[in-house]
Amino acid sequence: MTQHLGAPATAGPGVDLAIATRGLTKRFGARVAVDGLELLVPRGSVYGFLGPNGSGKTTTIRMLLGLVRPSAGTSSLLGRPIPQGAQEVLPRVGSLVEGPAFHPYLSGRANLQRLDAADLTADPRTARQRIDAALDRVGLLATAGKRYRAYSLGMRQRLAIAAALLMPRELLVLDEPTNGLDPQGTREVRHLVASLASDGTTVFVSSHLLSEVEQMCTHLGVMSDGRLVAQGSTSEVRGGSAPTARVLTGQPALAARIMSGLGLDDVQTVPGGARGVPDGMAPEAIVAALVEGGVGVREFTVTSPSLEDLFVSLTGEGFDVSG
Amino acid sequence: MSAAEPVVTEVSQRPPLGRALLSRRLSTRLLRSELRLIGGRRRNQMGLLVLAAVPVLMAVAVRLSSPREGGGPDFLSSITSNGLFVPLAALTVELGLFLPLAIAMLAGDSVAGEANLGTLRYLLTVPVGRTRLLVTKFGSLVVGALWGVAVVVAAGAVAGIALFGTGPMLTLSGTEISFGAAVWRVVLVSLYIAAGLAALGAVGLFISTLTEQPLAATVAIMIFTILSWIADSVPQISWLHPWLLVDQWMAFGDLLRDPPFWDNVAQGLRVDLGYAVVFGLLAWARFAGKDITS
Repeated sequence: MTQHLGAPATAGPGVDLAIATRGLTKRFGARVAVDGLELLVPRGSVYGFLGPNGSGKTTTIRMLLGLVRPSAGTSSLLGRPIPQGAQEVLPRVGSLVEGPAFHPYLSGRANLQRLDAADLTADPRTARQRIDAALDRVGLLATAGKRYRAYSLGMRQRLAIAAALLMPRELLVLDEPTNGLDPQGTREVRHLVASLASDGTTVFVSSHLLSEVEQMCTHLGVMSDGRLVAQGSTSEVRGGSAPTARVLTGQPALAARIMSGLGLDDVQTVPGGARGVPDGMAPEAIVAALVEGGVGVREFTVTSPSLEDLFVSLTGEGFDVSG
Repeated sequence: MSAAEPVVTEVSQRPPLGRALLSRRLSTRLLRSELRLIGGRRRNQMGLLVLAAVPVLMAVAVRLSSPREGGGPDFLSSITSNGLFVPLAALTVELGLFLPLAIAMLAGDSVAGEANLGTLRYLLTVPVGRTRLLVTKFGSLVVGALWGVAVVVAAGAVAGIALFGTGPMLTLSGTEISFGAAVWRVVLVSLYIAAGLAALGAVGLFISTLTEQPLAATVAIMIFTILSWIADSVPQISWLHPWLLVDQWMAFGDLLRDPPFWDNVAQGLRVDLGYAVVFGLLAWARFAGKDITS
């Protein structure tokens, strides 16, 4: 199942890991939700944790945070074993697990005050200032006094991110952080993640929005059916797949014949054009050959396969189908 | 700062380990936050109003129906010469249903309510240790019990004193004690009743760890309470009575004798303590290793 598995070069034993799991497994009754997971998340990385709904991402996150006990295997966070070291290490970890959850009849600020009050490592004297800073960072300062129940889904999501930012963190575990956010909000979260990462914070972000992951992650892990089917740096994970050349023209058949003649692999006609895998051949040479051969080229592109294509090839099913 | 190096300045802001950490561990911040949460909730405020309304209604009703002079039996007028009989009568009435219901609602919210909202997972990842969370929740239930009883007593005392004055109190032994001594008796009664309710809170805390539905927990706690009352009233199972939480709840009357009769009260406190310990441990055993999937 796993052409990409095996220890990737960027996450060998010598690398300082923010998250490491060994054979992490969770069974709920007869159902295996997570099966022998070997996560390796280097410190300082932005790790995109991908997988279809129901593939075990959230259960994995719950185990990493000590909410759910693994049936087998071990995990460590920032070098400390979980769940034994959870009390010691979790103050340095900000998390967003399976969507926001707050007391509906308290204001956004009062909800954060409550979480801050629960944190033994938080200094009550700086609470107000830290809470305001966190609210400001997610753009909620103006509506902090409103009751949570009056918040929109996007505002709730922002509040949950603010809660993860109440204290300085070495690791952020964000489960679907852009869920329910509008395009501006999504962009802001991406910028936020980038700015946190540039401060040295490791960010572990689960998502099923591939474009979002593609834009912000240095590392990827792909889950399918409770198993990790690929893991490594973004280029490593994507490296296995070759780019595709695509030409849009009125003469698809002719274009395909010329491309085959040039030695492109896997040539086929597509509606309004043809495509093939150039395998190292320069794009300009292909265009020149096409034009010489009398093909009216309307558009020519060479693209790496989208993460979505890769994802489907790895998980082997439609993206929104639960595994 | 390089990407591989986590922000170092943050670490220096953290409290040093050792003594500072110990004092933080004993911090009451979470408990205070918990009490604000309970006290700020509209439903709980309404509940307190209901608890307070009962003694006021009773005082007014008795005042309207008992002429203070005239040839009626002397007994009622000697009771009604001291307004403190109002809180005591109100406690007797409310101990059957309203006070246990108040605790059942708070206990239902305590763990099941947080699980239902999903806030439980965020508290635990703050992190709040599970034992610490249970201890804090139980602490808030104890305060809640004191709070509820205090509201009944305070409302009753204010209404009673306003309508019946501060005369000497007739004890159940037939002697009279001064108003000042009577106040102390009422305080003792309140503490005794609050202890019983706190023990019920421990039962409630355990039930609350079994479900994610606060209402289900509340109903279950009420069923437990009412079954206990029923069992306590069936003479054929009198062997069971000493083991029932509610068996000695009404023994607070013994504190109104002259001198107070302590045996039943002591037995009641022992049962309260036993229930608190056993159900506190059950709650811990259940919650400490539970998978939080809500």
